[in-house]
Amino acid sequence: MPSGICPECAAHVPLREDVVLHEFLTCPECGTALEVVSLSPLTLDRAPQVEEDWGE
Amino acid sequence: MRIALFCTLVRTEEKWLLEAFRRRGLEAEVIRDRSTILEVGAPDGWNRFDAVLMRSLSHWQALHAAQLLEDMGLPVINPAAVIHTCADKLLTTAALVRAGVPTPRVRVAFSPEGALQAIEEWGYPVVLKPVLGSWGRLLARVNDRDAAEALLEHKETLGGFAHGVYYIQEYIPKPGRDIRAFVVGGETIAAIYRSSEHWITNTARGGRASKCPITSELADLCARAAAAVGGGVLAIDLFEDPQRGLLVNEINHSMEFRNSVEPTGVDIPGAIVEFVIRVARDGWAAAHSHPHPREVQRWNGSA
Repeated sequence: MPSGICPECAAHVPLREDVVLHEFLTCPECGTALEVVSLSPLTLDRAPQVEEDWGE
Repeated sequence: MRIALFCTLVRTEEKWLLEAFRRRGLEAEVIRDRSTILEVGAPDGWNRFDAVLMRSLSHWQALHAAQLLEDMGLPVINPAAVIHTCADKLLTTAALVRAGVPTPRVRVAFSPEGALQAIEEWGYPVVLKPVLGSWGRLLARVNDRDAAEALLEHKETLGGFAHGVYYIQEYIPKPGRDIRAFVVGGETIAAIYRSSEHWITNTARGGRASKCPITSELADLCARAAAAVGGGVLAIDLFEDPQRGLLVNEINHSMEFRNSVEPTGVDIPGAIVEFVIRVARDGWAAAHSHPHPREVQRWNGSA
């Protein structure tokens, strides 16, 4: 199973086989919102912060 | 056919949409809003696409990107005019009232003093909402004058310019739930009840989703509400008023559906993708029973 490193707490974050670029996920250890910023090598970064005009 | 998926992040919804395109033999290209540079009137690079599915989380960025992409001749789902109306609760209410669609009563003021007067004349409770915002954020049920004064002072002191438009909605006593209907091209394809002990029932705030039957009353009202804001792919939130029946509360132009596929059994991302393909192939009018919102504006003389 692919995995990445949380930039906040250094935990190994398991990823699904069908992981895609810019995928949003949450670190299971520290709860930080993360984004997949590279697939090769698999790299995670903090996701952009929620802005006031974000929504559906 | 080439489709751009314009988004902020690939969440569950976007991932399901990409899969739905793939199942139809299409590889949609993910374009991230924060990495995008657009030159006004210069479609360089964008004319390789047949349509753009707008999924930016930022209403403000979605609106502006959609307008420029449309000006380049690209079909955008949803169009800028739809985003413009739906991203603003007051413009949505105004569009619904113009179209004769039943909706809760709303008053608007432009100062804390005006808002307090408007609230006092109605009596309590009322609901104060920011005109811009989503996911149930900063909604406030105002139960008495003390709360009204405190909230209005906070809005004036802490809020940005958008909070200078005070949107005051009558409080509808809901039966512990409201309805969210998913409307694609004017057709209601699925609906859920959003149930909560809290008066805010958004699933983003813990509301539970369960299947809601699509009655002819619901489908007809949703078709009228969708047409009122320009059509496209919409999530329509409705209240069940004990006296007046269904009332359209809000309309969302970039809907989330991760909690709604399982309870309804409806392939919502598949329906969205089918619609995008239909618009790209046959044009907006063929995918709807009503014209593109830009045409509607022109007919109304408001463009």
